[in-house]
Amino acid sequence: MSRKVKTKHEMPVQDSKERITNFDEVALGYNEEKALAEANRCLECKVPNCMKGCPVEINIPKFIGAIKQKDYKEAIREIKTKNSLPAVCGRVCPQEAQCEKYCVIGKKGDPVGIGRLERFVADWEFANENSSSSMEVGEPTGKKVAIVGSGPAGLTAAGDLAKMGHSVTIFEALHVPGGVLMYGIPEFRLPKDIVQKEIDKIKELGVDIKVNYVVGKAGSVKDFLENGYDAVFVGTGAGLPYFMNIPGENLNGVYSANEFLTRTNLMKAYQFPDYLTPVKVGKRFAVIGAGNVAMDAARCALRLGAEESYIVYRRSEEEIPARAEEIEHAREEGVKFLLLTSPVEFHGDENYNLNSMTCIEYELGEPDDSGRRRPIPIEGSEYKMDVENVVLALGQGPNPLVPSTTPGLDLTKKGNILTNDETGVTSIQGVFAGGDIVTGAATVIEAMGAGKKAARAIDEYIKSTN
Amino acid sequence: MYKIVRKEVLSPVIKLFEIEASHVSENAKPGQFVVLRTDEKGERIPLTIADFNREDGTVTIIIQEVGRSTKELGKLEEGDYVVDFVGPLGKATEIEKLGRVVCVGGGVGIAPVFPIARALKEAGNEVISVIGARTKELLFWEEKMADVSDQLYVCTDDGSYGHKGFVTDVIKQVAEDVEVEHVWAIGPMPMMKAVAATTKPLELKTTVSLNPIMLDGTGMCGACRVSVGGETKFACVDGPEFDAHEVDFELAARRLAYYQDDEHRVEAATNHSDGGACKCHEK
Ligand SMILES: Cc1cc2nc3c(=O)[nH]c(=O)nc-3n(C[C@H](O)[C@H](O)[C@H](O)COP(=O)(O)OP(=O)(O)OC[C@H]3O[C@@H](n4cnc5c(N)ncnc54)[C@H](O)[C@@H]3O)c2cc1C
Ligand SMILES: Cc1cc2nc3c(=O)[nH]c(=O)nc-3n(C[C@H](O)[C@H](O)[C@H](O)COP(=O)(O)OP(=O)(O)OC[C@H]3O[C@@H](n4cnc5c(N)ncnc54)[C@H](O)[C@@H]3O)c2cc1C
Ligand code: SF4
Ligand code: SF4
Ligand code: FES
Ligand SMILES: [Mg+2]
Repeated sequence: MSRKVKTKHEMPVQDSKERITNFDEVALGYNEEKALAEANRCLECKVPNCMKGCPVEINIPKFIGAIKQKDYKEAIREIKTKNSLPAVCGRVCPQEAQCEKYCVIGKKGDPVGIGRLERFVADWEFANENSSSSMEVGEPTGKKVAIVGSGPAGLTAAGDLAKMGHSVTIFEALHVPGGVLMYGIPEFRLPKDIVQKEIDKIKELGVDIKVNYVVGKAGSVKDFLENGYDAVFVGTGAGLPYFMNIPGENLNGVYSANEFLTRTNLMKAYQFPDYLTPVKVGKRFAVIGAGNVAMDAARCALRLGAEESYIVYRRSEEEIPARAEEIEHAREEGVKFLLLTSPVEFHGDENYNLNSMTCIEYELGEPDDSGRRRPIPIEGSEYKMDVENVVLALGQGPNPLVPSTTPGLDLTKKGNILTNDETGVTSIQGVFAGGDIVTGAATVIEAMGAGKKAARAIDEYIKSTN
Repeated sequence: MYKIVRKEVLSPVIKLFEIEASHVSENAKPGQFVVLRTDEKGERIPLTIADFNREDGTVTIIIQEVGRSTKELGKLEEGDYVVDFVGPLGKATEIEKLGRVVCVGGGVGIAPVFPIARALKEAGNEVISVIGARTKELLFWEEKMADVSDQLYVCTDDGSYGHKGFVTDVIKQVAEDVEVEHVWAIGPMPMMKAVAATTKPLELKTTVSLNPIMLDGTGMCGACRVSVGGETKFACVDGPEFDAHEVDFELAARRLAYYQDDEHRVEAATNHSDGGACKCHEK
């Protein structure tokens, strides 16, 4: 056996100078040679630690073993028994906090690039569509399930339920299915045609997707139960933007991350005026927050013409919650990090257009509830900074449209739906929930995991009624 | 895809469309709106539900052509389709029996005020309606408004039809003559601001329907933020109706103007591609 390489095989990327002039994908993916070399780093452990870190428990050594044999069809088949959106997860999972975190060889060097390999086989399947492992649909059961929301949670639940033979209809508020995968995460990180292909596969299973349908405004969850649906799954995500409640927040030029990213990605404002929805990006651009959402906004801004794009964050480098790769890519592209800093007021001109903000500096105190050191403002450290646009990426809450029109649905104090973790069962018989609407803003793979568990529980539930 | 089953040209720039969308008509109530997109490259634009027919599963909208998206829509004919039609969105008008009420529609605002006047009338109120526009050509639905009102006043800014002057002149006169419980006023921002300024000293409860820039229309983006009584509200889910005396109209007007240069760019681009129809040098 050859000597093991300590470092992960590098991911080819678009050059950083070039890529900030386009919205094409940044990470280009392994070719076969690199994939084989990276797969060969895996020890195919008998007791694979890595699997502990994957929320849907993909058999990682098995799929990597199949790659080593060049049996990509088997590799993708293995992955798909657990994960129906591998092309997505291979790209956006925070692997360093999940599977790769637990990989044994990570103790002495880099862990195996599990996500990159997952992406490789998923892309291989797209390129070799004919040999695609066709998914079987069970005998029709005559049971009907309504799914509210078409993000990863809803899509996964829908796909699994369809495979079990149930008749599934997804109701989606926007004009496109996919949830955050379509409206939030930018094209350069997750190409929309890839998401679309995954959605098409779910449609091929017989799932009917009704877009432009706002549950709670058009029909409600209660209406579904009264009109022939045997069960309802709610996967409406965390779509309510938080604001800071500081002066000047309603000035023109201050966007929520949802608005900025929806204009840019869903409405394709980067192709304005060919596409009709505008978005404004001034020379100096600042994003408040440092999660994935914030990185996406700051990187979009550069591509839309900002000369300077800042991440403004209350805590320090160590606490930045975004995926490691996003932080790295943002830095390469020239995004600047203003740490231990946050705005206290926004200022505008006579037309109410934002032109500057007052910031205050912070220092870190004792750890808070989240275990992170609490940021404390430093008195007298205020200073003014010129800025034409600000994006607030402070996290999102649950949209109240469904909860408020579903009497009897128990909620947490924050307004998230209360469920049994293992089953997605809510306080209403026949109603299940999962994904960000239950956990608060989390990850794609966790939302999928919740959709999977709920599908199993829904299947049991509707078989038990009759 | 949602089919246009009827089109009516109410004036050269004001057009009515009746569109098949049973998921909207089934639940529609006065005061609510839809979000529409004409084609794959289009904007999501909010439009008030001017009428609905549950039996036929249709919804009526009336548009005034002001920019690219409304002009694209205006070009469509019976039998054509729009790609997206979402609704009913926003809170419905609270309809109660109050006594004597005044319903004011300015310009294309006549469309949204119609179902409200009708519902108020059906609830047993005495309805006095006031409709107005810049000029006669921009007036429509006079008869329909008359049908649901006990009294109807019509005015034009230029005196080309009806009373010469502003709707506010009529409101002031009516309020002086008789006891009024509540005013609903829908129209361009400056008109609603003027109505609010007229009724405030009279302590006459007034509701306006705000029309800020919207994107999703479901409370997801915050584009539609308005300030009401010093608090930030999302007009698409907390409104669009608000207490006129609490609205920060100055902020609302400024926010509506944020994309004006882009809107002009988009229009200029269309006019050029129309080949020769370009008017951008004449201005
Ligand atoms: C910009 C951004 C970047 C991110 N980056 C990453 C990343 O790199 N890695 C990662 O793992 N996670 C990332 N996340 C988080 C991840 O996307 C979410 O955790 C995940 O999408 C949640 O899935 P969901 O199905 O619960 O909800 P969502 O994806 O939010 O989907 C919910 C769907 O429900 C619809 N809906 C809501 N209300 C209604 C209603 N009343 N009627 C009908 N439909 C309704 C919505 O329109 C939406 O389509 C990111 C999130 C954002 C916003
Ligand atoms: C709740 C609500 C109900 C409405 N009802 C009607 C109606 O029944 N009939 C009607 O003719 N108009 C209505 N409007 C206004 C209508 O949405 C705008 O006129 C339309 O979006 C303009 O698009 P445009 O591309 O043709 O014009 P543009 O040239 O793009 O814009 C012209 C002006 O319209 C406003 N506007 C632009 N984009 C939007 C947007 N996305 N949302 C809201 N306003 C925008 C801005 O002030 C802009 O300066 C309503 C608006 C709201 C919020
Ligand atoms: S789904 Fe995500 S966590 Fe699981 S193996 Fe793939 S990349 Fe790792
Ligand atoms: S822990 Fe690492 S080396 Fe072991 S099977 Fe998993 S990926 Fe391979
Ligand atoms: S239009 Fe997006 S929140 Fe109102
Ligand atoms: Mg427009």
